[in-house]
Amino acid sequence: MRARRYAGSHFVAIRLELVGHKQAAGAGETYFNAWRTHQASLHGVKAMAANDDLDLRSLDDEELTKQIQDDLYDGLREEVVEGVNILLERGWAPYDVLTKALVAGMTIVGIDFRDGILFVPEVLLAANAMKGGMAILRPLLAETGAPPVGKMVIGTVKGDIHDIGKNLVSMMLEGAGFEVIDLGINCAVEKYLDALAEHKPDILGMSALLTTTMPYMKVVIDTLKKQGIRDDYVVLVGGAPLNEAFAEAIGADAYCRDAAVAVETAKQFVARRHNQRLAASA
Amino acid sequence: MATAAPPPPRTLLIACGALAREVLALVALNGWSHLELTCLPAKLHNRPERIPAAVRRKIRAGRRTHERILVLYGDCGTGGLLDAVLAEEGVERIQGPHCYAFFRGIDAFLAEADAEPGCFYLTDYLVRHFDRLVIEGLGLDRHPELLPLYFGNYTRLVYLAQTPDAGLERKAKAAALRLGLAFEQRTTGYGGLDDFLRRAS
Repeated sequence: MRARRYAGSHFVAIRLELVGHKQAAGAGETYFNAWRTHQASLHGVKAMAANDDLDLRSLDDEELTKQIQDDLYDGLREEVVEGVNILLERGWAPYDVLTKALVAGMTIVGIDFRDGILFVPEVLLAANAMKGGMAILRPLLAETGAPPVGKMVIGTVKGDIHDIGKNLVSMMLEGAGFEVIDLGINCAVEKYLDALAEHKPDILGMSALLTTTMPYMKVVIDTLKKQGIRDDYVVLVGGAPLNEAFAEAIGADAYCRDAAVAVETAKQFVARRHNQRLAASA
Repeated sequence: MATAAPPPPRTLLIACGALAREVLALVALNGWSHLELTCLPAKLHNRPERIPAAVRRKIRAGRRTHERILVLYGDCGTGGLLDAVLAEEGVERIQGPHCYAFFRGIDAFLAEADAEPGCFYLTDYLVRHFDRLVIEGLGLDRHPELLPLYFGNYTRLVYLAQTPDAGLERKAKAAALRLGLAFEQRTTGYGGLDDFLRRAS
């Protein structure tokens, strides 16, 4: 049983979702009624009927933004999509919905995962909810014609089929305004090179989850050096068995331990590149 | 008159909890009374960055009571950091990136993994505790919609069997079915674990 949290301050409303659990209706009801009565006494208002849904439209912008963040945290994709649509109807710029509701919500998820409060399943559900919102916003953001903050090509290295971390990084970098070309899994050096030649990104991102596949990152970087193009790109690496010492040893620019660090690191490097280009052309 | 060989030193084995049953079985089978086992929780694999420090703590505690210490962990996703700790402490570990490799045989495992990267490996321990570790641990009981996110890139489940057991084989096949993967079984026996402990005796 999962209670949907209400972020507002005016009254108590909860919606119980029976998510595949067997629950004796009697026991559930008793618990629910006792909880509602207790909450009502705390807030001094009448408890709402058990069947009332939380009406997102009744929330003001600030409350709705907070509720979308909470729904995202709880992995409630439909509710996040509904909230996003309401903000858009109210005239919000797509970029503001993206950053203030979705990215802000996912940032909290990332912090709680780092602190051991949330675990991988919850992070995946939250990411799934964010993807639902981003699917609405993506075409609208493209229409605004705003230039991307930067461009990244990313892929999991050859011999490795893990992509959960990579997918989260891709999503958060897109949320931060980057154009992301995701090459998928099991990427040989040729695949990376072809993508670099075609897309000319700022950043090459490589991910590996296995101790046995992470050495392939050095193969890719050495190939870039041999072709004299290493300095054309920022190389960021990540994955559970990696660390800073490894990134330095293989000649990457930085190791990113999670999606949040990847976003900040990417922004810093792109800003640095931009400044260097400006200085060079002055 | 021939003198008896000196007894092997009193040895502390610091092992991942996932190996406990196999280690104890080997010790009992061979009468290796000089080997004593202490374990760290298998769930440290969810946070592999914590393994090196936890092993170091066990080593330092074990020095007070044992003449020799051996570690039964692979690199296990520590990216070389466990080996750095072991080098500092002067302690040897069983060779191999992880237990799948040392059960199967390192060269054989690496060649097979290279040929087919999409394999999800189970050992006896993982089959035995599959529902708790994989289904509940990954939240698949509550959220079956997560299955493609976790296992969409895999093609087959490979059960590396340490002990021949019809019950475990059945469970492993059921696990493959649950995950939507093809099933393959390879009987490894105790493989590199047996070799390593034998050399220590």
